[in-house]
Amino acid sequence: MLASLRNGNTIPVVIVLAVLLLAWYAAAVRMNAPWQETLNTRAGEVEVPIGDFALQTWAQERPVLPAPHQIAAEIWNATVALEFTSRRSLAYHASITLSATLLGFAFGTLLGIGLAVIIIHNDTSDRSLMPWIIASQTVPILAIAPMVVVGLGAVGVTGLLPKALISMYLSFFPVVVGMVKGLRSPERIDLDLMRTYNTNSWQVFAKLRWPAAMPYLFASMKVGIAISLIGAVVGELSNAAGGGLGVRLLTGSYNGQTIQIWAALFIAAGLAAALVIAVGLAERLVNSAMGARA
Amino acid sequence: MLKRADPATGPVVAAKNVSLVFQTNDGPVNALSDVNLEIRKGEFISFIGPSGCGKTTLLRVIADLEQPTEGEILVNGTTSAIARANRAYGYVFQAPALLPWRTVDRNVALPLEVMGHSKAERAERVARTLKLVNLDGFERKFPWQLSGGMQQRVSIARALAFDADLLLMDEPFGALDEIVRDHLNAQLLKLWAATQKTIAFVTHSIPEAVYLSTRIVVMSPRPGRVIDVIDSPLGT
Repeated sequence: MLASLRNGNTIPVVIVLAVLLLAWYAAAVRMNAPWQETLNTRAGEVEVPIGDFALQTWAQERPVLPAPHQIAAEIWNATVALEFTSRRSLAYHASITLSATLLGFAFGTLLGIGLAVIIIHNDTSDRSLMPWIIASQTVPILAIAPMVVVGLGAVGVTGLLPKALISMYLSFFPVVVGMVKGLRSPERIDLDLMRTYNTNSWQVFAKLRWPAAMPYLFASMKVGIAISLIGAVVGELSNAAGGGLGVRLLTGSYNGQTIQIWAALFIAAGLAAALVIAVGLAERLVNSAMGARA
Repeated sequence: MLKRADPATGPVVAAKNVSLVFQTNDGPVNALSDVNLEIRKGEFISFIGPSGCGKTTLLRVIADLEQPTEGEILVNGTTSAIARANRAYGYVFQAPALLPWRTVDRNVALPLEVMGHSKAERAERVARTLKLVNLDGFERKFPWQLSGGMQQRVSIARALAFDADLLLMDEPFGALDEIVRDHLNAQLLKLWAATQKTIAFVTHSIPEAVYLSTRIVVMSPRPGRVIDVIDSPLGT
């Protein structure tokens, strides 16, 4: 047991986590101290022992920096301890964000693959499309998102779709770049081989280019799904009525509910991690079916 | 114009005044210069010469992977493009060029899938050609699980699978060690005897050319040209 701990990664991971937590608690004391001093002065409490003072800074209602256990408690209270249908349930809001993320990710991946297929089969489209694709990503998404959400809202398209479109806008890019590279990855000798069989371009695509591009597709999708989530959250900021983690971030910041903001942030981060892991699992399944070395 | 020979009795490959010039950044390169050659049915013909002599290029011209800038090349009495469309030849490259995500049997089945053979037909041909290269029992292996020599045998099986009468081989054993190479050469001779195919074989090894061929075409670089054609006494 001890030997397996010593040889494994467990101890380093635990140490890093402990150091991070310690630093966080220390930072919380320092950042929350001014307000706590004000509170204590008002209450006429002077000469609070340092240990008690630290505990006070970790228990404020609206701290500048909430302590980890406060965030953990808020996450628990807003998910497990709350009805799912409640407007304050983070699980409910997370599910809204997740739907928009997945829909946008599916759109973005399909769009990215489609564009890549057009680009590799046509030199003109490479030169005419690629600059626009790159330019699309230089526009700040924060500027585009409200226009999309409000604009589509004006023509009666509301709910999931506008947010998913923003996710798509972000996530198609890594897919198009990765798939152009992946679909072009077969070597000259592989293409010559197909040519000796007098293949048409569809056969070259289906039997050579597409399977060869799989590693690139999954690498792109891992980036794509994480930024899909960001796109969904940004989209939610423009439509407070629609709900979602972005809305919780927004209302938290309006009301100075820092604990609520951090709880939503952690849920979003956890969601992104879970999604990336899910793509990773799909990748491993595909890899083993395609004979990758175990 | 070459006479359109009867494909049954005429030459399998007929090259007349074939020249090929590659335009490169350092100016034009004469890869082939005025090559005249006939390959007869059932022959085992080797192309030998130092690197840059155009032997691979000549094979690629026969396979319609390169177009001659001058002259005419006929394969089975038709243009090389039509011959390629008719799947008249199997091509074995210097590297095995197996698709890493396909098992051995599915690699051999690749040309059969492209050519639209039925599933049962594919299975039958795959089994038959893998037996021909002594690889029965390895159907479900992935390429990385095989040695270099076995991988190259898979690629030969793949070239044989669709029963083309002409086999074009571009230094197929060049990357293998000598023991494996000698062994595969012996196997190739048996295979040639068993299948009655016409084989055009590029090599830079004189012993290999002498051991295998009925005829040896000696080529020379700058410009790439045929300088001699020798009937080999060993090959029969």
